[in-house]
Amino acid sequence: MIKGAIYSIKQALRQGFRNKGMTLASVFSITAMMLILALFFFLSVNVSYLTENIKDQFGTIEVFLKDDTTSTQAANMIDSFKDMPGVETAGYISKEKAMEEFKARWGDKAYMLDGLSENPLPNSIRIILSDLETGDFIATTAASLPGVEDVRFYREEVSKVIKISNGIQNGALVVIIFLVIISVVVVSNTIKLTVMARQDEIRNMRYVGATNWFIRGPMFFEGIIIGCIAAIISIVLSSLIYTRLCDALGTQAFQLFTASLVEPKFLITNIIWIFLALGISIGAFGSILSMRRYLKA
Amino acid sequence: MIDFKNVSKVYADIVALKNATLHIDQGDFVFVVGPTGSGKSTFIKLIIKEIEPDEGEIIVDGKNLSKMSNRDVAMLRRDIGMVFQDFKLLENKTVFENVSFAMEVVHSTKRAINRQVPQMLSVMGIDDKAKNYPSELSAGEQQRVAIARAIINNPRILIADEPTGNLDPDTAWEIMQLIELVNKRGTTVVMVTHAKDIVNRMNKRVVAIDQGEIIRDSREGEYGFDD
Repeated sequence: MIKGAIYSIKQALRQGFRNKGMTLASVFSITAMMLILALFFFLSVNVSYLTENIKDQFGTIEVFLKDDTTSTQAANMIDSFKDMPGVETAGYISKEKAMEEFKARWGDKAYMLDGLSENPLPNSIRIILSDLETGDFIATTAASLPGVEDVRFYREEVSKVIKISNGIQNGALVVIIFLVIISVVVVSNTIKLTVMARQDEIRNMRYVGATNWFIRGPMFFEGIIIGCIAAIISIVLSSLIYTRLCDALGTQAFQLFTASLVEPKFLITNIIWIFLALGISIGAFGSILSMRRYLKA
Repeated sequence: MIDFKNVSKVYADIVALKNATLHIDQGDFVFVVGPTGSGKSTFIKLIIKEIEPDEGEIIVDGKNLSKMSNRDVAMLRRDIGMVFQDFKLLENKTVFENVSFAMEVVHSTKRAINRQVPQMLSVMGIDDKAKNYPSELSAGEQQRVAIARAIINNPRILIADEPTGNLDPDTAWEIMQLIELVNKRGTTVVMVTHAKDIVNRMNKRVVAIDQGEIIRDSREGEYGFDD
């Protein structure tokens, strides 16, 4: 079994080298396909990451309290919010804590806030929602309570972002599936040409008693090798592109939502395994498809 | 060794083989003769299970061909050497590689290949051509390579389909002597041929087929057709 696999891999390498032109063309096509695929993958992951961030940041209701609202009143309000459906949690945010958060969000420019003679931020109650749909009711209820100055809830904006995000992710998924199918067809065509070029050899193999897998093994591995090489090249290239993109945009990207791009290290570590598995699968499936059609027993 | 029991094969409307019954013993040397299109090639294709009979039963080396899986067919063919009129050598492989290739298929070790292939080329009288490509050889030399490849794995049966068809009479006779040598080592030989002189000179068993029917089976026969 192992001996057979080693023989097949050797033959696959020899065959791939002999048909350099075709092998390179296939590797190039699949690499291009996988690169586009990587970009859509990056887009999809980042959109998903951004959406989660937005949900975290805006799936909340900020209830600003009047300066004269007592802590007992605030505690009562918190208890009543906690009992409402769709509320994950509710907590008191003092004006000091609010300032700390504000400074943290401003990062290295936070020193600008040091010039303020007095903290202008109000005390507030932060309600984190488990279900955005209930937000409107809670926000309206909160606004009508005595001791409440203002209520901030961006339901429509969040819903819009989620809708756009889902659209982008579904679109990316369709493109990814389409590209995978094209890649399988490219490998399948390469193997088909291999089968055609080796017709005499294959017939002779059959005459001297080669088993089906002895004949198919090298072609199966040829497909896998092509898929693997394309995967490795596209991993390297897409990682470089993404790292450069992150360097260029830095933390400035999406500052509106105080979210940045997904860490290159995290994404690249994941893409290595995903793309290697994808390359191997594309190669194996393309080979099998071609062999089933052109290399019947 | 080879048994045909009421075997028939029809292609569209053409009867290639009709109710053929035949027994070939281990070690036999059988010429299969007949006019073009008489069914000789069908007979050979049926033995190596390249095609299936429409009716009847074929038993080769004790195995019923109708009950074989793809893997069993591969194993069967390891016991059958094949030689063709057009040699069917691989043009991009050297003489050595053309022969060693047959051993690789049956998973022989590199050591066994390096020992047996030169020996076989020597028996065939082409040991000095090991590194040559088929296109650099004469027709006779190419057929010697083909025979070497066919018998390198010690098959129990050698099927030869017009092996002298592309050769001049002297070379054809040399090839026949090699095939007879193979037969003397105990290999059953089934040879399809149009070479009247060779059949008459060899004085072996002759099975004559015409229009898909076995019309003659003689122990020490002659060619018997006018072509």
